[in-house]
Amino acid sequence: MRQSNTYIIVFSAVLTVILGGLLSVTSVGLKPMQDMQVALDTQKKILGAVMDLQPTDDIPAIYESRVESLVVDANGEEVTEVEGEPVVAEKVNIASQFDKDPKDRLYPVYEFRGDDDKFEAYILPIYGKGLWDDIWGYIALASDLKTIKGVVFDHKGETPGLGARITTIEVQERFKGKNIYNDVGELVAVRMMKGESGDPSIYNDNEVDGMSGATITAKGVNNMIANYLGYYQPYLKKVESGAQASKATVEKPQTGV
Amino acid sequence: MSTEVADKPVKIEEKSEDLFSKRRRKIVSDPLNEDNPITVQVLGICSALAVTTQLSPTLIMAISVVFVVVFSNLIISLIRNMVPGRVRIIVQLAVIATLVTLVDQVLKAYFYDAWKVLSVFVGLIITNCIVMGRLEAFAMGNKPYDSVLDGLGSGFGYAWVILAVAFFRELFGSGAIFGFKVFEAVGIENFPTNGLMVSPVGAFMILGIIIWVQRSLTGYTER
Repeated sequence: MRQSNTYIIVFSAVLTVILGGLLSVTSVGLKPMQDMQVALDTQKKILGAVMDLQPTDDIPAIYESRVESLVVDANGEEVTEVEGEPVVAEKVNIASQFDKDPKDRLYPVYEFRGDDDKFEAYILPIYGKGLWDDIWGYIALASDLKTIKGVVFDHKGETPGLGARITTIEVQERFKGKNIYNDVGELVAVRMMKGESGDPSIYNDNEVDGMSGATITAKGVNNMIANYLGYYQPYLKKVESGAQASKATVEKPQTGV
Repeated sequence: MSTEVADKPVKIEEKSEDLFSKRRRKIVSDPLNEDNPITVQVLGICSALAVTTQLSPTLIMAISVVFVVVFSNLIISLIRNMVPGRVRIIVQLAVIATLVTLVDQVLKAYFYDAWKVLSVFVGLIITNCIVMGRLEAFAMGNKPYDSVLDGLGSGFGYAWVILAVAFFRELFGSGAIFGFKVFEAVGIENFPTNGLMVSPVGAFMILGIIIWVQRSLTGYTER
């Protein structure tokens, strides 16, 4: 069967309109649900840095009652709006901020509160480069602003079984309780060492056991943590000097997410 | 009047085929075993290797492929007499791509965790040779109902193989089935999980074994 060119063109045009229309309708219709899922995923990641979540947990409810967010700039000043638009910490895209100069980036800060509404931890997003592609995560600092309360990492394309192990609880547990300052009070962050001994006792407060076969991913993790702790330093210093006393006791205002 | 009477018996003679006639059962059952898209035709290997680390994403992938192949077969079969022969491959591709995008969007909205794992591979269903192969080889020349059966057969033929691969990979690679730690449940603590099974190499090995077993059972040889 050989059709005329006109028939082929008309057929193609009609098909395109039908299929295109179908896709547009679906895309628009599912958008709210998808946005909700993305938001839920962000909340899950943030909370994952400080607590072990169960699949049955009502994450939006926990997040609503426990987490308060704000956005700061590189000087540690709070940012409430950019070019007239209000800034919401959860909506700040860390990946696209990462492409900017560190001085121009927005830095979300999440304050986590315990059951008794007492301030428990700052959860800070971190972002960097692994071996093959981007890596990112959250690091939670306890209320002394020195001790790591927990970390959570994710990655785009690290080697399965090697670098991809940064997503496992086993590796993330190693960071718990480590100190980001050295004995003389300098910010040294926490470094994942080369080689994997399996013996946590041989490392000091600023070191964690490495991942065998994933030295470059570990280096990426080290740089990511060190860089971002550096970026957040102005804000953390500001909190430490003076503001902390009032901040820790102030009533938690209700925030909508 | 007389012509109408003469016409009628001709129409009655066209007796409709049984809904599950032998021929139709064969359309469904052939791809499950003797003409399996993965183990016999060796199509769709890339996704069979990539998504089968764990059972639950594999199950969603399998359902997605069944959905896409059934409905693209149906749609192409319905419009098969309208599709201009010279652009038929593009038409097939457009239909497949639309269905795949629908699946991708729905997964993103309702199964976000699975979507994060699968999204790249769901997109790659478009280039999955099984789907296009069925459209070109079957749906373009057969009626809608037969095409749906053919899609079901091919889809499930693909599904059982990747689920079998995923079962062994998750069992030996993570010591679990659907995330449930079976070895701990039966009292074997410290089950030595095999890292090879988590990497794509493990899928090659298991797929090879499945192909070997299946071909020695059916007696199929490459010609």
